[in-house]
Amino acid sequence: MSEERKIVIPGEILASGDEFLPGDGTRKEAKDIIASRYGLAEISGRLAKIIPLSGGYIPRYGNTIIGLVTDITFNGWLVDINSPYSAFLSVMEVPRFINKNELAEFLDIGDIVACRISNVKRKSIDLSLKARGLGKLEGGITLHINSNKVPRVIGKEGSMIRQIKEATNSEVIVGQNGLIWIKGDKIENELKAKEAILFVVSKSYVEGLTEKVKEFLEKNMPKETKVKISTGEKEI
Amino acid sequence: MTAKKEESSYVKRSDGRKFDETREMRAEVGVIKNADGSALFAFGDTVAVAAVYGPKHLHPQHLQNPQKGILRCVYDMLSFSVPERKKPGPSRRSQEISKVTEWALSSTLDLQDFPNTVVDIFITIISANASTRVAGINAASMALAHAGVPMKEMVSAVSIGKIDKTLVVDVSKEEEDYEEGESATDIPMAFLSKSGKMSLLQLDGEIRPEELKRALKMGKEACKKIYELQEKALKEKKTEEE
Repeated sequence: MSEERKIVIPGEILASGDEFLPGDGTRKEAKDIIASRYGLAEISGRLAKIIPLSGGYIPRYGNTIIGLVTDITFNGWLVDINSPYSAFLSVMEVPRFINKNELAEFLDIGDIVACRISNVKRKSIDLSLKARGLGKLEGGITLHINSNKVPRVIGKEGSMIRQIKEATNSEVIVGQNGLIWIKGDKIENELKAKEAILFVVSKSYVEGLTEKVKEFLEKNMPKETKVKISTGEKEI
Repeated sequence: MTAKKEESSYVKRSDGRKFDETREMRAEVGVIKNADGSALFAFGDTVAVAAVYGPKHLHPQHLQNPQKGILRCVYDMLSFSVPERKKPGPSRRSQEISKVTEWALSSTLDLQDFPNTVVDIFITIISANASTRVAGINAASMALAHAGVPMKEMVSAVSIGKIDKTLVVDVSKEEEDYEEGESATDIPMAFLSKSGKMSLLQLDGEIRPEELKRALKMGKEACKKIYELQEKALKEKKTEEE
């Protein structure tokens, strides 16, 4: 699992031999698996693939994302989801009754909304609000990170983000597209959570990051909240 | 008479370089924070900075290609990049270089998965001392990779000059202005890193076929060194920051 991953650049040979299969970001020429983009090479078993380090968000079915409403049509909303194509959220996908003449009452242009990707076609992306925790996000702060760093921010089974949430006493939604929404009981805690997330992003290649973030959070906490962390840990 | 023809008046390079030696090269990645990908490439005093944005939705719509994404290049020389102030803004020359750069890079790009989109490249020459278009292509190729744009291979470019009868790698301004004998011919060229295919070859001036063949060979050798530097810059970037 933790074999060393090396950085490859386009045109570089990842692996050679007929036993390997080309995965994401690679192609096969004769016997060689060749990188088609810049990233970390990972060879697991027979599959050779590239974990991208940069580049925009590629929407996938089922992802939870955070978007910005950019336009209202007669039966839904256009949402900018930080990818090459904008997505469409239909009124049918809202789990409550919406008067079609008053779409702006529910979501207006400029609103931030958490949604799930319900369909990805070649050029169109459909969104849905039919799941728990989705909908318009009010208050709080949003920040934007490289979408390739999202798995690090969430951590293994959500360990990293849970730790940040508990330490800062805030609610955090991480969109797979790199937008993160934070809402805490007070602005100091929101900013602390933001700092912690940016810390994770800047140190994302480090091993044992969860421990480091714990230290970071403890060091940077105001006195009173420090007590809260310790109680929070006992509960687990 | 034949013996006389072989001799060239340009026997030593003005800056003391070997004939097959480039100026000191510098490559850096991630120089522009707001861009999706960016890079700097320098041949001595010639410094090019490239910024890549996209793939993003393309407007105006009539430029969209429903089969694949397109590439758009803008090459610009800043007014203070040359000793005599250059009038800012696009010119005939900069439009030609933009187009030529676009062609040199588009063959390596693979934008099948992004129909109706555009990848924008902005190449800015912040300091010029000849060979700016090849420095721009080198920077742009690195910036494209850094932005995570799918591409088949890297592009490396170099200019070969024929100064009187001598072939030299990486022409400087002084050499470009050489007027004795057959005077100077500048040949910018670009090669793909893996397949070794050529994606740019320009030439204005006079050259004999066998000399051109030799120039291409020299260019290919020089491009290998440039590619190594590009590779090094891209790989180093990751360990330090991201």
